[in-house]
Amino acid sequence: MNALTDELTAHRFFANMDAAHLDVLTGCGRNVVIRAGTSIIREGEPADAFWALRAGRVALGVSVPGREMPTLDTLHAGDVLGWAWLFPPYRWHFDADALDDVHAVVFDAVCLRGKCEADPALGFDLAKRVAGVLGDRLHAARLRLLDIYGPPHGS
Amino acid sequence: MRDSRTIRIAVMAVASGTTMTLGVEGLDALITSLHERGYTVIAPTVRDGSIGYEPVTTAEQLPRGVGDEQGPAHYRLRDRDDDARFGFATAPSSWKRHLYPPATTLWRAHRDGDGMLLFEETQAPPPRYAFLGVRACELAAILIQDRVLATSAYPDPTYAARRRDLFIIAVQCGSPSGVCFCTSMGTGPRSNEGFDLAITELLESSDPRYVVEIGTPAGQEVMEGVTSQTATDRDRAAAIAVTEGSARQMGRTMDTRELPALLHRNLEHPRWDDVAARCLSCGNCTNACPTCFCSDDIEVEAADGASTARVREWASCFSRDFSYIHGGTVRQTTRSRYRQWMTHKLGTWWEQFGTSGCVGCGRCIAWCPVGIDITEEAAVIRSTDGARAGASR
Amino acid sequence: MAAELAARAPLTPVTHRVVGRRDETADVVTLLLEATDGSRLRYAAGQFNMLYAYAVGEVAISISANPVGDGPIAHTVRNVGTVSRALCELHPGDSLGLRGPFGSDWGLDSATGRDLVIVAGGIGLAPLRSVITQVISQREHFGDVEIVIGTRTPEELAFKEEVDAWRERKDLSVHVTVDRATPGWRGTVGVVTTVLPRVHCDPEAVALICGPEVMMRFTALALLERGMQAANIRVSMERNMQCAVAQCGHCQLGSVFVCADGPVLTWERVEPLMAVRQL
Repeated sequence: MNALTDELTAHRFFANMDAAHLDVLTGCGRNVVIRAGTSIIREGEPADAFWALRAGRVALGVSVPGREMPTLDTLHAGDVLGWAWLFPPYRWHFDADALDDVHAVVFDAVCLRGKCEADPALGFDLAKRVAGVLGDRLHAARLRLLDIYGPPHGS
Repeated sequence: MRDSRTIRIAVMAVASGTTMTLGVEGLDALITSLHERGYTVIAPTVRDGSIGYEPVTTAEQLPRGVGDEQGPAHYRLRDRDDDARFGFATAPSSWKRHLYPPATTLWRAHRDGDGMLLFEETQAPPPRYAFLGVRACELAAILIQDRVLATSAYPDPTYAARRRDLFIIAVQCGSPSGVCFCTSMGTGPRSNEGFDLAITELLESSDPRYVVEIGTPAGQEVMEGVTSQTATDRDRAAAIAVTEGSARQMGRTMDTRELPALLHRNLEHPRWDDVAARCLSCGNCTNACPTCFCSDDIEVEAADGASTARVREWASCFSRDFSYIHGGTVRQTTRSRYRQWMTHKLGTWWEQFGTSGCVGCGRCIAWCPVGIDITEEAAVIRSTDGARAGASR
Repeated sequence: MAAELAARAPLTPVTHRVVGRRDETADVVTLLLEATDGSRLRYAAGQFNMLYAYAVGEVAISISANPVGDGPIAHTVRNVGTVSRALCELHPGDSLGLRGPFGSDWGLDSATGRDLVIVAGGIGLAPLRSVITQVISQREHFGDVEIVIGTRTPEELAFKEEVDAWRERKDLSVHVTVDRATPGWRGTVGVVTTVLPRVHCDPEAVALICGPEVMMRFTALALLERGMQAANIRVSMERNMQCAVAQCGHCQLGSVFVCADGPVLTWERVEPLMAVRQL
């Protein structure tokens, strides 16, 4: 039983995951601390990792010329960072910076993808969880498109 | 459910000795007796090819020998072959315009010398009305409107003042029309309470005679100014026979079994689309309905700007902006507005006021320009309970 | 939940003078009002008054400060229509009419000893500010208090100084999140529902939600997923209001008169009503 397994059992993304699957996954992971202000992800670069955040905040955004990066989303303890590692061409779509000192478990993407191919049941479970995160974020993004706090239409 | 105390009007037992009869001249005497007591008598009278409820001074102004024929989108006066004074069914307008006027000033405002706003209530002394000829369905409608406007948490001052002094002479209905369904709604054709006097018109002889029931001490007192005879058993039996005959001639029926629940579970029934294709959203039904109470509060500024008045006007849930909130209208389609009217009238009214909003008078059917029939709409939904638009079954 | 008030609200407006004014954001103003005749009715957090601008009209505005006590009554108005625009142009010394109070309140009495989860979206923070200030003044009566505030951008957050003061307090947990960050914003970005997974939600807690209907709907669903009960979730509904006494008919939502049965209603009662389009 990997020492990381105990920590990840408590993480929301891995809730109720089969213990054997979790053990296999943690073989690809290690604890990491990222200092505040560090650029974690850069758009276009190889998506070779996946982070389960345990403390600290991460700001997601896109770089826009002439502007400080507008933050499109903030991620917190209990969230996961990165999903492009699961889909070809495995390149990041956004930038991500550490707003605070971030404590996370980082997983090597090549290792993760290998484990998923070797065990389809594990791969399907992981894919469902990532899909769930994408669905929540899409839902939240659409709500923000409504601009519900903005001036009423027709006024 | 809202507090639903009704105004209780003491009803004396209709026993021998409290029922009299009058001839036609007695109606005149009754009107005179009311005038002497300071009442303005409102009664049916022919006007503009229909019957309106207007102030009268003599019984001559009653619709003598006048009847009506009513159907969906159809109303005509016709000549009867007798001299009945009350030989018709409901009029296009109801008694509510005299208790709950189409426009009322609620309060006024102006600025004093320092620009400070001052408000004054505007309550003109209320008229003292005597309504002569209130049918059972109409009396039921008044008692229902009492729950909304008189005995609710905030009684409407205008309605409450006029209602308090109101003298009601009910007429036990002998002439239901093609759109009537009071028996289905449990509101008629006979009134048993809520009146000061109730008259039944007997037409066996060439001149009508009236059997008069005393309902209250006030009714008793007014009758003391009128010469009358004690009713015989035969007179009383004839009076009962009039309304029993009416009950057998209803133009329509409404199946009211669990109607609120039926409508509540069919809010997406395809029939709403069907009726919306016919409904003009004109609001005639709400105008004619004796229980509809919706209103707008509007600002009416004096031409010189020195003062302004807050005026309440009749409104209709069929108006496009009735449900406007900043950003848009909630009920944007005729479909949703028709559904609101019908499910309120027959359904949610119960939760709000402890009674149906419909008295079965049929005005909404006769006065709808396209003849939409609320009884038919309810019947179709009942017979296709649970249908959904686009369902494969 | 309807507050049992000693006096019924008047039907004719009572003249009130503006004794204070604060510009909260570009289109939101808080007015402090006192009756010129010195009267002061009892108000409860969650209730509203009908505010009247001379020769323009009336609009329903929630009470937006601690209603308990004898001080001026606060109303926070957003400039979204003709009447609200006229009210937003008032300054100290000006007069207006006030009718009220009307409607049901947030029901703090029934929340004593329990945790509170308060979620405000946009201008919905104004009606909730009344209950937050009251809770702070009676803090020992309640368990954990979690406050989530969603706003469009950092600039459009109303009551900024007060929100900062609430954040300083150790006895409150305050989360502010914006839909759109502007340069320099170092806080959370995302809709209020994304904050809720990090908020402590006891199954017996009482939730108070106010904001646009879409926001209240999704927030209530998210709280149900967190184990809260529909009967303990309260929302503040809004509809066209004119008479405020359940007689003009405009505010009906199904069988509910929002002005009298509401505006505060349980999610248990509101959810089936919200589920019908154009009800």
